[in-house]
Amino acid sequence: MIRILRQIARTGVVTEPHHKPDDDSGIIEIGRLLEEAIRKRFRGSLAIRQVDAGSCNGCELEIHAVNNPIYNCERFGIHFTASPRFADMLLVTGPVTHNMEIALKRTYEATPSPKIVVAVGDCGCNGGIFGENYASLGGISKVIPVDVRIPGCPPTPAMLLEGILRAVGE
Amino acid sequence: MSRIRLRDAVATTLGPDAVFDEIASPSTLYSCTVPKEKFGDAARAVKKAYGLLAAEWATDETAFGRGFGIFACYRWGAQYLIVRAELPADNPVFPSIAKTFVPAYRFERRILSMMGVVPDGLPDTRPWIKFEDWPANAFPLRKSFDASARLPRTDGKYKWARAEGEGVYEIPVGPVHAGIIEPGHFRFQALGEDVINLEARLGYVHKGIEKRFEQLSWADGARLAGRVSGDTTVAHAIGYCAALEAMTGCLPPERAYWLRAMFLERERIANHLGDIGAICNDAAFAFMLYQFMRLKEMLLRANHRLFGHRFMMDRVIPGGVAANIDESGKSAMLAELDELSKQFEKLVKIYDENASLEDRVRDTGILKPDKAREICAVGIVARASGLNLDCRIFNPFPPFDRHDLIELDVPVYISGDVNARVLVRIHEIRESIRVIRILLAGMPDGDISVTVPQPMPGNTGFSAVEGWRGEIIYWLQAGPNGEINRCMARDPSDVNWLGLEQCIPGNIVPDFPLCNKSFNQSYSGHDL
Repeated sequence: MIRILRQIARTGVVTEPHHKPDDDSGIIEIGRLLEEAIRKRFRGSLAIRQVDAGSCNGCELEIHAVNNPIYNCERFGIHFTASPRFADMLLVTGPVTHNMEIALKRTYEATPSPKIVVAVGDCGCNGGIFGENYASLGGISKVIPVDVRIPGCPPTPAMLLEGILRAVGE
Repeated sequence: MSRIRLRDAVATTLGPDAVFDEIASPSTLYSCTVPKEKFGDAARAVKKAYGLLAAEWATDETAFGRGFGIFACYRWGAQYLIVRAELPADNPVFPSIAKTFVPAYRFERRILSMMGVVPDGLPDTRPWIKFEDWPANAFPLRKSFDASARLPRTDGKYKWARAEGEGVYEIPVGPVHAGIIEPGHFRFQALGEDVINLEARLGYVHKGIEKRFEQLSWADGARLAGRVSGDTTVAHAIGYCAALEAMTGCLPPERAYWLRAMFLERERIANHLGDIGAICNDAAFAFMLYQFMRLKEMLLRANHRLFGHRFMMDRVIPGGVAANIDESGKSAMLAELDELSKQFEKLVKIYDENASLEDRVRDTGILKPDKAREICAVGIVARASGLNLDCRIFNPFPPFDRHDLIELDVPVYISGDVNARVLVRIHEIRESIRVIRILLAGMPDGDISVTVPQPMPGNTGFSAVEGWRGEIIYWLQAGPNGEINRCMARDPSDVNWLGLEQCIPGNIVPDFPLCNKSFNQSYSGHDL
């Protein structure tokens, strides 16, 4: 099973159905693999701390949707936590702003190692349409090390789950 | 009573000092130039005529060989009045209007911080958006500012308003909050459970959007406008496009307007559904959150199926729209609305009949009508506090101007509490469902976009659009080569955040999340 997960993670997003939010079977397949990976690597519980480092709030809407009863990420063992102190993963949306840089670094430092950082959205990956300027520093990796990227503007709930799977499967 | 009330008020008070533009576009907008010394007199004349301040901003006009410009936009009913004054480049000082209009004190702190144009007589000159660790001489909106360079950090401390005395303690919250929300910092001074004072400090998600507009083409500007506040992508894109169309005289096809109206109402329903659920959740009634999230998801999936994007980003473009609907799409949407309406009414009934929920939301976080007026509140916040404002009525784009066809019923409540803000949303969801049915039934055939001509140098464009939070204002100015010289975006949050600060004192600390959620203002749209 681990071999399969590794192969999936290395391959990344190649299949269409995972991107279709209407395709329930796609979600179920991602969910099944997620649950398996989380059970094996995180004793069945993956705690995620979400950090908005400067996003337009679009990505946050979709991260909320991952928690809605239709996607219901908790059934896979994913839990969004209020504190970075007991988080396994930081789910960071961007671009990182000059005014959030220090807060993001502090949140990163407050998260115990080993930790996984996932950059969410086009802006979290490379700054998106905001680019890089005096106020927007660009992608999350400009400030803290990033393990996995989930592009999209914003990425759909299915894409978010698939990205989290890539992060925990590696 | 004069029909052109604000214009006449300023013209009577200032006499020949106020020079009015002859052409108004849109027709409800009046503009005048006044000497900078008279900027404050114009504000007082407007105040006397019961006008409200909608926005205040500055421009750097060095590209035209001038200094700076200072602008104030006032509103009374359907009429907008822009008062502008020219300021010299070497000494850009203007009389502050903060003592006449309360929200001006935030606008002017921002003008001082970002443009380095000095409001004379502003009582509070602490930086806003700009943080204390920026170099004092960094004024990003000036043309001479190098936007590509990273800002060095300096020492500096923000001075908070302080309540002192025996037993008074302070709670700092944020910028990284406990939930999945945007960053901002709130500071409470409390005595026991009661909040004495709340001060918000925003600016954490300042991305340099207004400066970024100046580097983009007019077409790309619409994409950026759609990301000023991700939850309001349709309304912001309409705002930007309408301002651009006003300045170029471009008229999108009739069908494009109707499609825009439909996107706008779908965005309103989706956000209101999410908000009502989240407000109930903050009163520990999680059942409602999941129920409403389910309905919202239904709508978002339909958006994706019909228009190719769950939030309809980039579906509004300059000159029209980029998504259409066919007959099968229409019937699918009608069926969806029937189902939505049925489910929604069941939930409203539960909301109405739940006594423990009522206990939390009634008389909590009251923003009294006089205060709402004083802070010049807009949108759902204003309508829950007795102000009858809605751009769909007072400054409509087609087909909302067809009052005989749409007959929009705007809810206004006077209690100003959390419950009122929920009831406004409930009422508006019903209205939006009804409006979409009318739009689907009468949608004209034809093209969905036209080419927008290149703006003429120095031209300006203005628009006001009722997003789901409230009135969004865009003001565009073309530079000497027809490029974007300035794009001013005013999200409803710019004024409504003041309302949150005003409604908290006297409430208990645990009710803050509930009050905050009932406002649900945008951080990104405010910080820009």
